[in-house]
Amino acid sequence: MSTPCSDPVALGLWHPLAAIEDIPPSSDQHTRLLGQALRYRKDAGNQVAVFDGDRPLPVTQAYGYVWTCLGTPARPLFDLPEYAEPDRRNVCAATVGVRVSAPRAVENFLDMGHFPFVHTGILGVEPHTEVREYQVELNEDKDEILATECIFYQPQAAAGASGGIMADYIYRVPHPYCSVLYKSCPTDESRLDVIALFLQPVDEETVRAHALVSVIDTQSSDLDIRLFQQTIFSQDKPILENQLPKRLPLDPRAETPIRADKVAIVYRRWLRAKGLQYGVIPAAA
Amino acid sequence: MIDLEAARYLWHPIAASSDLVPRHVFHAQILGRELALWRADDDNVNAWENRCLHRGVRLSIGINDGTELLCQYHGWRYANRTAGCTYIPAHPADAPARTICNNTYPAMEQYGLVWSGESPEGPLPVLSTVDTSFFTPLRAVTVNATSQDLLLPLIQGYTTRLPASDDNRPRYGADTPDAFTIILRVADRSQTGSTPVADIAFFLQPVDAGRTTIRGILCGIDEHNTDAQTLNDLLRFHNRLLCTIRDRLESTLADAPSPAPWIPIIAAVSENQASLPAMSDTGNSTPLRIRVASIDSLSPTVRHFRFEPLDDLPESQLPTAQPGAHIDVQLPNGLVRQYSLINGPGETDHYAIAVKREAASRGGSQALHEQLRVGDLLASSVPRNNFTLRRDAEHTHLIAGGIGLTPLLAMARALHHMGRPYTLHHFAAQDTELLFQSELQAMSGEYLCHVGLTPSQTAATMAELLATPDAHQHLYLCGPAPMLQCARDTAAACQWPEHTVHFEYFSNPEARDDSSAFEVDLARSGLSLNVPAGQSLLSVLRENGVTLPSSCEQGACGTCRVTVLDGTPDHQDVYLSESEKARGDCLMSCVSRARSQKLTLDL
Repeated sequence: MSTPCSDPVALGLWHPLAAIEDIPPSSDQHTRLLGQALRYRKDAGNQVAVFDGDRPLPVTQAYGYVWTCLGTPARPLFDLPEYAEPDRRNVCAATVGVRVSAPRAVENFLDMGHFPFVHTGILGVEPHTEVREYQVELNEDKDEILATECIFYQPQAAAGASGGIMADYIYRVPHPYCSVLYKSCPTDESRLDVIALFLQPVDEETVRAHALVSVIDTQSSDLDIRLFQQTIFSQDKPILENQLPKRLPLDPRAETPIRADKVAIVYRRWLRAKGLQYGVIPAAA
Repeated sequence: MIDLEAARYLWHPIAASSDLVPRHVFHAQILGRELALWRADDDNVNAWENRCLHRGVRLSIGINDGTELLCQYHGWRYANRTAGCTYIPAHPADAPARTICNNTYPAMEQYGLVWSGESPEGPLPVLSTVDTSFFTPLRAVTVNATSQDLLLPLIQGYTTRLPASDDNRPRYGADTPDAFTIILRVADRSQTGSTPVADIAFFLQPVDAGRTTIRGILCGIDEHNTDAQTLNDLLRFHNRLLCTIRDRLESTLADAPSPAPWIPIIAAVSENQASLPAMSDTGNSTPLRIRVASIDSLSPTVRHFRFEPLDDLPESQLPTAQPGAHIDVQLPNGLVRQYSLINGPGETDHYAIAVKREAASRGGSQALHEQLRVGDLLASSVPRNNFTLRRDAEHTHLIAGGIGLTPLLAMARALHHMGRPYTLHHFAAQDTELLFQSELQAMSGEYLCHVGLTPSQTAATMAELLATPDAHQHLYLCGPAPMLQCARDTAAACQWPEHTVHFEYFSNPEARDDSSAFEVDLARSGLSLNVPAGQSLLSVLRENGVTLPSSCEQGACGTCRVTVLDGTPDHQDVYLSESEKARGDCLMSCVSRARSQKLTLDL
């Protein structure tokens, strides 16, 4: 099934493996990345080492997760400054295996149109189905996609929310397999809650989806936050696993976009421009 | 290896008819291609590519609502028969571009099985040598083997005698008319005692490169005159035998390398679907050919016309319409008139209109009522929708005057079917103008009739109806101009937000003034044209080779809308709302002119 990855773009990226707090200390753990079996181990000082056979791999510990790179890291891991804010609750909320490519999972994360149909009664509800015009830009300096002014009616926007709101979203795509979402905080109007999706490409058509929730919320327990996020993931999983093909087609004529998919169109073009091969079906030249 | 290329042109069984139970979607596969199979409430069987063309989600996990198939991911609705998209919930104000249509495959039912194929040519297989009075499908058994590998073991399983003394099965003679069909005929009926014996037809369904489904049918057993236990025993017997044949063959083949799966080619979406769609079509043409299938009187003055395609060929299929859409019909006397379609969801094998004979007919309703006969052929446009029903309102108010009921009837039918709350008010001069009463009464929405009101009573009723506006409610109006004006004025006075008030005029009641002359620059074509007094912008554009769709050509329907980039339009239409007119960023090329000396258009 999984042949070793030869895509230099994917080999040069940092990839998440596991929530650091979930790793039992001083025992070998095993996972797969880009079709390759890896071993990792956490020492008593909470430092994680990652090995490909006996070869030690570069490690970054950030945002609650351990990250590694199979090749030479092209650049440091992207910034997520909110993680360091002292009053935030940072919860590694979920790690879920999904039989889909990483780029399909990113597109699903960027998509508001499915809320009333897939996350019914939580992130959306019929008849409030409209995706209003929003802005998308590709920031060339930071090499990331930013979608702003995303507004959607949500009956229960977060674990700490009671009652419906017009939720305000900002999406960042700072990494081909990661996306960060900023949304109106139900308990503090001046702040934004952060939900980040870090995808571990197990192989071209399988991911482990890791979620970081970073919120201003003094009420909900970690368990509440995890259950909320895991409910959302469990609703997405059967949809994603029924997408054909599992890899994301970059040929513009493979699927039919609508205006609501503006950010996905920019994302597909961005992947194309990067020359990314892993987890996509490249467009015919 | 089977001849894959030849197999593409054959009919293959893909399901038992009984697999397609109401409101279910069945996942089928032939030649490596997945199909979503579903039966609509009108009994039509749909065989579609198992993939929503928006984001590739399998339609077999979608919802069959009896008339349309809904994708689970974004709620896109695809119509029975045509697979045309009728609604995209993310953009409730837009009619989906007509080209958004899923790939469909032909589907037929015969011998208790559903048949389909990639591009089957010729007729379905015919069973000429067996008793075809009754058919009893056996449970389908799928085998990890090619149909070629399966053929001989299947025949042998049925024809080889076991040494056991209790092997009192009938003797069969086998015949294989083609590579996918085996006919087993009972050779000697005297051997079999009281158990009913039947000829069997086996059809091998090539699922994928190394996978075949055995679809068998027992021929000539009248199930109603056969004891249930006997029938059960017979079905169990065949099921056991088929499972034994499968298990033996699979163990024989266990070490053989499995063939590479067949990768079906899924047609790319059309060029104009691949980019963000422009919501228009071109030309004032009436390209469809339709046949008058029935004419019925609904009242002394209103007739119902049913138009059907000329034949059953897929290319004659009528394009999908949405509630609020109209067609331009070219009448026998040469006139072209617009009529709202009243079809409910999923009614895609015909177009239905209801036409009132106007005493002051300009020739349209008169021609339909007096000249048209069942069987006549007409030309019609594709459906155009400039009166789109938003389905994201918490409550929808439909207010009809007289025959203005027609587009609102289609809307009510759709809302009823989706379970969305609505109220329909029908204002009519007399009882005989109330149409479709029993259907509307039986539907879920509130239905209220207001008959014989004077203009001032109408205004008072309207004021009552529209007293409490709400941002999540929408208002749809269609009727004679004075009633529409009254409803619009009342809604404005009651402070309904303008974007929640939608209306459609039968015709433009205002006198048009075409005495001005002006210039237009066409930004995309790079043309500069002069529009002289007495000629419309639309006709000047046409004369210069700029094709533009149009329909009513009197500023009522919205079809010939053009975006204005610069200059001030002189609107003269009754399609745009007051604020749309004030914005001045679009015009109706059939009647609008210029207040400035020059207009720059996005053409």
